[in-house]
Amino acid sequence: MRRILVGVKRVVDYNVRIRVKPDNTGVITDGVKMSINPFDEIALEEALRIKEKGLADEVVAVGIGPGDTQQQLRTALAMGADRAILVQTDTALAPLSVAKVFQKIAETEQPFLVLLGKQAIDDDNGQTAQMLATLLDRPQAVSCSKIEVADGKATVTREVDAGLETLEIDLPAVLSVDLRLNEPRYVKLPDIMKAKKKPLDTKGLADFGVAEGSPFKTVKVEPPPTRSKGIVVKDVAELVGALKQKGLV
Amino acid sequence: MSKILVVAEHDGAKLNASTLKSVTCASKVPGAAIDVLVLAADASAVAPQAAAIAGVGKVLVVENPANKEPLAAVFAPQVAKLAAGYTHVFGPSTTFGKDLLPRVAALLGVSAVTDIMAVEGAHTFKRPIYAGNAILTVEVPADAPVVATVRVASFEAAAQGGSAAVEKADPGVALPTHTRFVSRSGATSGRPDLQAASRVVAGGRALGSAENFQIIYSLADKIGAAVGASRAAVDAGYVPNDLQVGQTGKIIAPELYFAIGISGAIQHMTGIKDARTIVAINKDAEAPIFESADIGLVGDLFAIVPELEKQLC
Repeated sequence: MRRILVGVKRVVDYNVRIRVKPDNTGVITDGVKMSINPFDEIALEEALRIKEKGLADEVVAVGIGPGDTQQQLRTALAMGADRAILVQTDTALAPLSVAKVFQKIAETEQPFLVLLGKQAIDDDNGQTAQMLATLLDRPQAVSCSKIEVADGKATVTREVDAGLETLEIDLPAVLSVDLRLNEPRYVKLPDIMKAKKKPLDTKGLADFGVAEGSPFKTVKVEPPPTRSKGIVVKDVAELVGALKQKGLV
Repeated sequence: MSKILVVAEHDGAKLNASTLKSVTCASKVPGAAIDVLVLAADASAVAPQAAAIAGVGKVLVVENPANKEPLAAVFAPQVAKLAAGYTHVFGPSTTFGKDLLPRVAALLGVSAVTDIMAVEGAHTFKRPIYAGNAILTVEVPADAPVVATVRVASFEAAAQGGSAAVEKADPGVALPTHTRFVSRSGATSGRPDLQAASRVVAGGRALGSAENFQIIYSLADKIGAAVGASRAAVDAGYVPNDLQVGQTGKIIAPELYFAIGISGAIQHMTGIKDARTIVAINKDAEAPIFESADIGLVGDLFAIVPELEKQLC
């Protein structure tokens, strides 16, 4: 079975305006819309396209998080994933622990490709793909904007500061995906109904020998410093004057 | 006492400015002794530049043909091996560092700290989360190595004037061949580098077309600025991807930033939060960009920009 493993993280929807809790212990998530991490959605879309090209047989979505992560996994199944695994925990895991869970699942499922978002838009760590590739002692490609799979190899283009970089890597490999890789499909109603019948396995961290929580301690979470509102000028001459006054031109 | 190894980013000829900023971040750690590690096929050009950074104790050099391109899978085992004896391993939070440092961290059995924006102590750091909409102060275990990437926009470049010793090192580890470099394509515009430029002129969706974007290039060239763009302008195909400024593009901290025809979505503002002066030009007086701009001008950019270029001579 040619299998692709995809990570699906439940995060605060990207359209939600983030507010820090008054006691500085985190951000407000109660009553806030939650969604699949947008980068993970792109990873899933890519996996489905690879399968639709006949280059893979099965796409397995893996989520780690609270019980409600089921909602995001059901969405993943509605998009077209064949089955899902939920590793349930109510604690926030450090990236290495997340990678260890994926390592154990990869050792069982033996995927030829693991596709993950380049980062989750909540903690913005951007580490899991690299760590998983390391633990599996396999190649990685981070921030992919193009993926071609053929003959046990992948040719990937990744977004780097200088432009684009192309690598050839042997499979199996772990890839993290960037925004411009594809545009995820919309879920249709009949697919939502079908997704309810697809298998969703629930596990615990203990099944993988990974401890709850993180060795990293949150001291506090604060709102960012705000910029003070500046001046409004009425024309170009005034703008140039203001820039000269600041010694900027 | 903290012993910090800073992994240098370079292109074989020139040390990247991100390395200087990572050294500054390292210097904020109480009692820091800082060494710089240069992995290269030929380090003869870069090692002296690293040795000239003020505050660097020594420069470790690993020369190996396999190190010609900065492949994380190839670099990581060498960095991890040479990290023995160091309390901290730092690298820039550029695409180079983001690729490499988590791989090093995994080999050392720790999670990494992403995007340090302030050092509060040897094991306590501030970093942005939620696209910079919240700032986390995190304390990491003192009994394990600290592996971290440094948010380059948050630190000044370290000064020159050092004269560190350069030492050859041999990590003596097997290197994988499963990852092979094919090519790199980048904009060779002759303009300043977006991430290092002190002035940036950026355009948004309101430009309307790639042809119209020429007025942005023209103004930028007039004042010696780099060119940037909002995600909307990139998605519309007006400019290439590598010009994108914002949370999902480049995070920059120029002295002067012109946001022209850019509405100021949160994800864009995250990329320019540390700009010294933001000038906004937009026809919509209600655009969120004006909330954060130091100088705002409401009007038609197609009239304003050419006029501005004329008056700035």
